[in-house]
Amino acid sequence: MVVFDKPHALADVPMHYCPGCTHGIVHRLVAEVIDELGIEGRTIGIAPVGCSVMAYDYFNCDMIEAAHGRAPAVATGVKRSDPNNIVFTYQGDGDLASIGMAETVHSAARNENITIIFINNAIYGMTGGQMAPTSLPGQVTQTSPYGRDVEACGFPIKVCEMLSQLDGAEYLERVAVNNVKNVKNAKKAIKKAFENQVNGKGFSLVEVVSSCPTNWGMTPSQALKWIDEKMIPYYPLGVYKDRSAEKED
Amino acid sequence: MNKLADKVLMKGNEAIAEAAIIAGCRHYFGYPITPQTEVAAYMAKRMPKIGGTFLQAESEIAAINMVYGVAATGKRVMTSSSSPGISLKGEGISYMAGADLPALIVNVQRGGPGLGGIQPSQSDYFQATKGGAHGDFHMIVLAPDSVQEMAELTVKGFDLADKYRMTTMILADGTMGQMMEPVSLDFEVGEKVEKPWAVTGTKMERKHNIVNSLFLKPEELEKTNFERYEKYSYIEENEALCEEYMMEDAEICVTAFGIAARVAKNAINEARNQGIKVGLLRPITLWPFPKKQFAAAADKVKQFISVELSMGQMIEDVRLATECKVPVTLCNRAGGMIPSPEQVLEAIIKANNGGDK
Repeated sequence: MVVFDKPHALADVPMHYCPGCTHGIVHRLVAEVIDELGIEGRTIGIAPVGCSVMAYDYFNCDMIEAAHGRAPAVATGVKRSDPNNIVFTYQGDGDLASIGMAETVHSAARNENITIIFINNAIYGMTGGQMAPTSLPGQVTQTSPYGRDVEACGFPIKVCEMLSQLDGAEYLERVAVNNVKNVKNAKKAIKKAFENQVNGKGFSLVEVVSSCPTNWGMTPSQALKWIDEKMIPYYPLGVYKDRSAEKED
Repeated sequence: MNKLADKVLMKGNEAIAEAAIIAGCRHYFGYPITPQTEVAAYMAKRMPKIGGTFLQAESEIAAINMVYGVAATGKRVMTSSSSPGISLKGEGISYMAGADLPALIVNVQRGGPGLGGIQPSQSDYFQATKGGAHGDFHMIVLAPDSVQEMAELTVKGFDLADKYRMTTMILADGTMGQMMEPVSLDFEVGEKVEKPWAVTGTKMERKHNIVNSLFLKPEELEKTNFERYEKYSYIEENEALCEEYMMEDAEICVTAFGIAARVAKNAINEARNQGIKVGLLRPITLWPFPKKQFAAAADKVKQFISVELSMGQMIEDVRLATECKVPVTLCNRAGGMIPSPEQVLEAIIKANNGGDK
C-alpha cells in the first residue's frame, strides 16, 4: 500500500534548490492542492524571475515564464483569455514586492481571480544575496554589508498588511513552512487560495515566510530557527483579509 | 466574416480597432497616451458588446505583459501606444520575441526623445526596425499611409504574426491616427493557424507546454537565435512590400513611408508637371525592408531623396539597400513637424539640377 507519494502535478525531475531551501516544500504543497482539487488539466502556472525561475520545469501543468515582477499581469492575460483556466503565480519578494509592486497592487485592486504564492525569504537568492524589499532592519546582505540601515534604504514592506487596505483583494494570509504545524497551516491556506479561484471569489495571495540558508549564511536548521526568532515577529502569521468570511460574520 | 458593403468615415486609430475586431482579436490591453487613445476608447466601447476583453492596465509594462499572457494561450491580442509608451513595452516585446509569441503592437508615433511632444513623427524607425529592446530579434513592421491601410495592415499584421509566431508592429504616426478618411472594411482574414505550443491547459491529455525565453545553456540559446534568424531570412525573402509610384522612367527616386509618402506624392505630381522624371518607392514593410526594389532602382536613378519625419533613420536602410551606388540625400522635419510638398519639391528640383554629390 502506498502511503506517501509524489503529487502528480509535481514533475519527477531533480530540483536545483539549495539544501535547506523551503521552495521544495512550497512546490509540493501547491502540487498537492492541484491534485486534491483535480485541476491540473486546466491549471496554468506563471514562474517569476528569481530562484524559482525554473518552476516551469517542476510542475506538470502548463507553465509560462514571466519577466521580473510581471507575473500578475501575465496571469491577468491568461485568466482573461479563458476564465475557466486556473491561474497561479509563484513569486519571490524581489519579484513581487519590488520590481513588480505595481502589478501586484493593481491585480489585487482589480480582484483579479488568480492565486499568488508569495515566497518571502527577505533576500534576493538567485543573484547571490542582495537586500530585498522585505530584508529586516539591520539584516546583513551583499548590498547592505553593514546591515539594512532604515535611514538610508527605508523599511521592509509588509505585503499582506498593505494589500489588506485594498477593497479589491479577496483573501490574504501569511504562513510559514519552518515546522510541521506551520507547514500544515500553509497547506490549508494554499488550498483555500486555489479554492477561492475555483469558486470565482477573486484575488487570493498566500505569503509564505521562507528560508534561504545559503544567502543568510546559516545552516538549514539555524535558518528555520531564524524564521521563528526574527522573521515571524516582524511578519506575524495569520489571515489579513478574508472577504467571504467577513460576509459570513 | 464581417462584410460592410459601403465605406465608412473613420479616424485611423478607429480603423485599426475595428479591423482588429474583424481579424478576430478579442483582447485589448492599453494605457492612455496621446495620440493613440482613440484605439483604446473604441475598444472600451466595442469589446464588452462582443464578449471581448478591454482592460486599461496600470502601466504600459503591465499592458504588454497581459498581451504576453493572452498570446501564450494562443488567442489574438493587441496593444497600442505612442512612442514613450512603446519604450516601456520594450521589455515585454523582447520577451515575446524570445518566447516566439504572436501579437499586434501599434505605435502611433509622436516626436521624441524623452516625453518629446504629441505631434506626428517617424523617429521610432530605428526602435521598430532594429529590434527595439535587448537581444537579437526583429518585429515585422508595417507602415500604413492611409486610413484604409491602417485597417488592412492591421488584419495583415495579425495574419503575419500568427503565420510566423512573432510580433507585428503597425508603425503609424499622429497624422495617420487622427485623420479621417473613408474606409472599406470588406476584407478577407487569413486562415486560422494551429497553435499546438499554446498554454491552454493539458486537459491531462498531453505533456505540459512551457512558454519561456530562458535558456541558461549558451549552446541552446544560440540555437534558438540561429533558428529565429532562419525564419527572419525567409520573411525577408517573401514578405517585403513596396509601392512603386511613377518609377518606370524615373531618374530621381523619392523614398518615404506613412504620412511622408503622402506629402512626397504631392511634390512628385508637381515635379512631373514641370517635366522632371521623378518617382516614389514607398516601403510598406519597414522590416523586412524591400531591399530588392531599392537595389533595382539604384541601377536606374541618379539620386535618392529620403523624406522623413525624423533626423534621418530610414535613410540608413536606403543606403544599405542601394549600396551607395548613387547619392542618397535627406529631406526632413523633426520633433513633430511635417515636411511640406514645397520642401520636397525643392529637394527634387535641386536633385534634377545636378544635386548633391
